[in-house]
Amino acid sequence: MESKGKKVWKFLLKSGILTWAAFLLIWWILSLFQEDILLPGPLKTIAGSWEIVANGKLLSFALISMRRVFIGWGLGCLIGIPLGMLIGRIPVVRSFFEPFINFFRFVPGLALITLFLMWFGVDEGSKIMIILYGTVFTVSVNVIAGILSMDQNRIHAARILGVSERDILFTVVWPSVIPYAFTGARLGLGGAFGAIVAAEMVAAKEGLGYLIYNSRLYFRTDWIICGVITLGLLGFTFDKLFRFLGNKYLKHYGVKELKNA
Amino acid sequence: MEAKISIVNLCKRYEDNEKEKGLFFSKNINPDRVFDGKEGYVLRNINLQIKEGEFHVFLGASGCGKTTLLNIIAGLLPKTGGEVRMDGKEINGMSPERGLVFQNAESVLFPWLTVKQNVAYALKPKKLKKEELEKRTTEAIALVGLTGHERKYPEVLSGGMRQRLQIARSFASDPEVLIMDEPFGALDAQTRMVLQDELVGIWKKTKKTILFVTHDLSEAVLLGQKISILSAAPDASIVSYEAVPFSYPRNSEDSDFVQYTAMLHRKLNAAILAHQNRPEPQSTQTAG
Repeated sequence: MESKGKKVWKFLLKSGILTWAAFLLIWWILSLFQEDILLPGPLKTIAGSWEIVANGKLLSFALISMRRVFIGWGLGCLIGIPLGMLIGRIPVVRSFFEPFINFFRFVPGLALITLFLMWFGVDEGSKIMIILYGTVFTVSVNVIAGILSMDQNRIHAARILGVSERDILFTVVWPSVIPYAFTGARLGLGGAFGAIVAAEMVAAKEGLGYLIYNSRLYFRTDWIICGVITLGLLGFTFDKLFRFLGNKYLKHYGVKELKNA
Repeated sequence: MEAKISIVNLCKRYEDNEKEKGLFFSKNINPDRVFDGKEGYVLRNINLQIKEGEFHVFLGASGCGKTTLLNIIAGLLPKTGGEVRMDGKEINGMSPERGLVFQNAESVLFPWLTVKQNVAYALKPKKLKKEELEKRTTEAIALVGLTGHERKYPEVLSGGMRQRLQIARSFASDPEVLIMDEPFGALDAQTRMVLQDELVGIWKKTKKTILFVTHDLSEAVLLGQKISILSAAPDASIVSYEAVPFSYPRNSEDSDFVQYTAMLHRKLNAAILAHQNRPEPQSTQTAG
């Protein structure tokens, strides 16, 4: 039997409460030795940020950023998954795309931002395209890996039963690839958060990236920190939700939530 | 009577284009394996007739080319030379008429489908009516003794049950010949004994032709009506062909059984030794 104290300790540790309490504490201690303009403490940050919370600016910026993220990421998954399957399944397509992929893998979306601004406009188009670009790569590379590593016996077994190639694609290959597509989408979402902030810093009048970058002009370090925390919380929440859904509906495909992750 | 499966002068060597195509679904096959310093034939001059309804066992050491032979009969691999016929017709590619049971059930069952759905999947290409589908699925599940587990996922089944499920899936599509590649090789001894008995039962009930590969001499004698003993690759061929003189059910502890197995063991060793010490084969097959 575990003692009650031990149980409480375990709960605090596993739920992350302890981590965040320690973080806040260290933040607060550090802030005592700094000017507010460099590092406002937790309470001062909340007080200072109340302004943008109350006037709805934070919420609207967050919604704008998330809208860009989810359109770009969603489209990226929709393109990346079938593209990855084509490349993975058809050797000719694979040979054709391989050099291309290995070249652009080292060109981050951010490097293309000026080109995308010219091509797709300074508004939503360029930001969505940057996210889409990153997501397509991440997702398709994972799907390709999934196809290449899948057990060929599964396909042979279906072929021997007389299942058509088209049915094999949808009833054997695709379900086998789901865990990889899932991982790709998760990683892609992380990348999308990075890309949107960068894109909004360079060219935007709204959004969390704009908030974080622009607040420096008003010496509002508390707003910067508030933007960073909002971003982290959103990412954390969506990832948690995504994993929860994956675990709930895709468990039998091999998508499993890591313990304590 | 015309043989069900007829193999004449079958030869096999792995060609470069097969390696590229990644035809090597079996992790047991390494196409780049070099035999005695040269890339040689895996199988050479295999001759065999298998009757309809026969339980035929291929016995040979690991890596001797048994799996290659089965895969050629199944139609998964092209042959290099010779003939392989079923009912007089040349075997050309895979067919639902020849079911294949793989050694590793996990690799071929669909983890996202339940036991019942896995079995029903085998009937998918037949586009049956719902009642017929239901009936045949239920029958196949009952045949391997998985009734009551229909709604479980393969993940929660034991190794033996997974193998039963794979056998049920193969039987559901009603193949004429069932090819089994060391299906019990990865199971514990207890489970293996139970499944061996059940397989004999299923075979007697369904009267299918079964081609069964094993490296286990005792299993071969326990199951097979006929045993083909293969020598080791390169140039594996059938070095001995035995008609097992026992009726079913067999008991591996009977003194007759033990004696017979020991005799076969000596024969097997002698044959493999003789094969290894044979003179270099004539250069009739240097093409390729």
